[in-house]
Amino acid sequence: MITTKDLTKVYRTRGREVTALAGVDLHVREGEVYGVVGTSGAGKSTLIRCVNMLERPSSGTVTVDGVELTALPGTEQRAGAELRAARRRIGMVFQHFNLLSSRTVQQNVELPLEIIGLDRGQRRRKAGELLELVGLADKARSYPGQLSGGQKQRVGIARALAGDPKVLLSDEATSALDPETTRSILALLRDLNQQLGLTVLLITHEMDVIKSVCDSAALMRGGRVVEEGKLTDLLATENSQLARELFPLGEFGHGHRGNTVLEITFQGDTSARPFVSQLARTYQIDINILGAAVETIAGRMVGRMRVELPGGHRDNVVPIGFLREQGLQVDVLDEKGGAAA
Amino acid sequence: MTWDQMLDLMWPATWETFQMVGVATVVTVLIGLPLGLLLVLTDKGGALQNAPVNRVTGAVVNLGRSMPFIILMVALMNFTRAVAGTTIGWEAATVPLTVGAIPFFARLVETSVREVDGGLLEAAHAMGGGTWTSVRKVLLPESLPSLVSSVVTTIIALIGFSAMAGTVGGGGLGFLAINYGYLRFETGFMWVIVAELAVIVTVIQLAGDLIVRRLTNRGGSGGTTRLLRSRDTPSEKDEELVLPH
Ligand SMILES: Nc1ncnc2c1ncn2[C@@H]1O[C@H](COP(=O)(O)OP(=O)(O)O)[C@@H](O)[C@H]1O
Ligand SMILES: [Mg+2]
Repeated sequence: MITTKDLTKVYRTRGREVTALAGVDLHVREGEVYGVVGTSGAGKSTLIRCVNMLERPSSGTVTVDGVELTALPGTEQRAGAELRAARRRIGMVFQHFNLLSSRTVQQNVELPLEIIGLDRGQRRRKAGELLELVGLADKARSYPGQLSGGQKQRVGIARALAGDPKVLLSDEATSALDPETTRSILALLRDLNQQLGLTVLLITHEMDVIKSVCDSAALMRGGRVVEEGKLTDLLATENSQLARELFPLGEFGHGHRGNTVLEITFQGDTSARPFVSQLARTYQIDINILGAAVETIAGRMVGRMRVELPGGHRDNVVPIGFLREQGLQVDVLDEKGGAAA
Repeated sequence: MTWDQMLDLMWPATWETFQMVGVATVVTVLIGLPLGLLLVLTDKGGALQNAPVNRVTGAVVNLGRSMPFIILMVALMNFTRAVAGTTIGWEAATVPLTVGAIPFFARLVETSVREVDGGLLEAAHAMGGGTWTSVRKVLLPESLPSLVSSVVTTIIALIGFSAMAGTVGGGGLGFLAINYGYLRFETGFMWVIVAELAVIVTVIQLAGDLIVRRLTNRGGSGGTTRLLRSRDTPSEKDEELVLPH
């Protein structure tokens, strides 16, 4: 649905050059919620703004729903007619909502419909439906200034959906909101994704956002995607940084010197099997459980456990093999607590 | 002078002042508003970015702004005769008044329009809106309170300048004040006229403030700020995520 190929963006300001994107290949499948996460300055906003050409990439291509946007004429300040038409099918929500203070909630949602050229009656009906959808039908006549942050973002989402887009772009849509409101907005995005089959590309700096709504995720650093994939696959990938971030066990103990510390990740049905006791019985070893946690990620139950086995890595090759045969993902940690190479 | 004599003189002069200021205001808004928009749109990063046009427009506006009004009146004598058919009376005074007010108002428009949050323009672009959509649906309505207050400021400035124009044969209340108060030593009458001007200015200012307040009274702005930001600002939460290296 969204594909970028070798996307780069270099900003030139007063002689200085900043490479915000250094070759990004992104592939967002139809109907999924795709999250891009990374620290501030990683290039996330630049990436999402390149997707609808608010920012013209320095090189590379962007294709949305089969249309190569980078090939359409226009400048950053002034888009050509074809690009404007393509943008009507791409919704966008913003961190600071960007609602017009001079318009009521209803009128804000009608703005994209005015641009499309619907008549008054059609606009009113459509905007009414959208406000219903986001649960704000009773606020149609209010002004944005009279709403809470969460309500403003719901208006922003209703407005973004006005052109019946197939794609919704969200740049830190929940970053200005409190945790509870964040949860409700994320739940709304998830509902829209499922009800309307909407493809969502969202940008965030919070792992919790990825964990709660995304099917896939990419980790950005220094203008590059350093890791990406479906969350379920990432969690099954050894030494995955995203998986570690999604499911941190950092505060658990690191065991004793000379012993072997394992991190075991299990998904779905494997979590029902009593592999710890099986291991202890089969190999007659004392297993020390340092910590464990179970969470729901991308709609699946995922657990991670940190255990300590007596003896060094070499002494435990066979038990580790046993665990891997059970379909478990096993990471062997070195003494400092990081994953061993 | 009796009150009746004063009133007989003041009514027509007041009416002349209103005509001068009224006509000048309408023409100033009609020309100054697009001019102010042009200054914003042709600037770097604007939808109609065009450095030569922007620089020339800016220079002309600055020249108009720095020109003393009296000099403008004299310099425009021929132009005034061509437009108004005369060089004396309120009709003639309206011409330099308007020419002087246009650059003044255009700068106020420019400032007002620049105050509109860049994020709103971005939202309009993301919806597929073009330049005209940005101007008509975003820039003008969002800066309306500020534009109205610029018009009020311009009207009040025009009243002041119209009084000055009156002193050199431009008609209106200024002419009356100078002619009777100064040249014929009717100091009392002069103060009556000054008081009238003060009342007019006060009433216009209060009415303007009322309109502006009604336009703004919508529970605050749509975004969180009306700062001059063209893109999102990272929230302080941005620092919280610490990924391992
Ligand atoms: N308009 C711009 N001009 C110059 N540099 C910019 C501009 N926008 C972003 N940058 C730079 O590009 C880099 C990536 O920024 P951004 O995409 O906003 O990161 P993120 O959204 O991940 O915090 C940063 O170093 C930032 O300073
Ligand atoms: Mg950002």
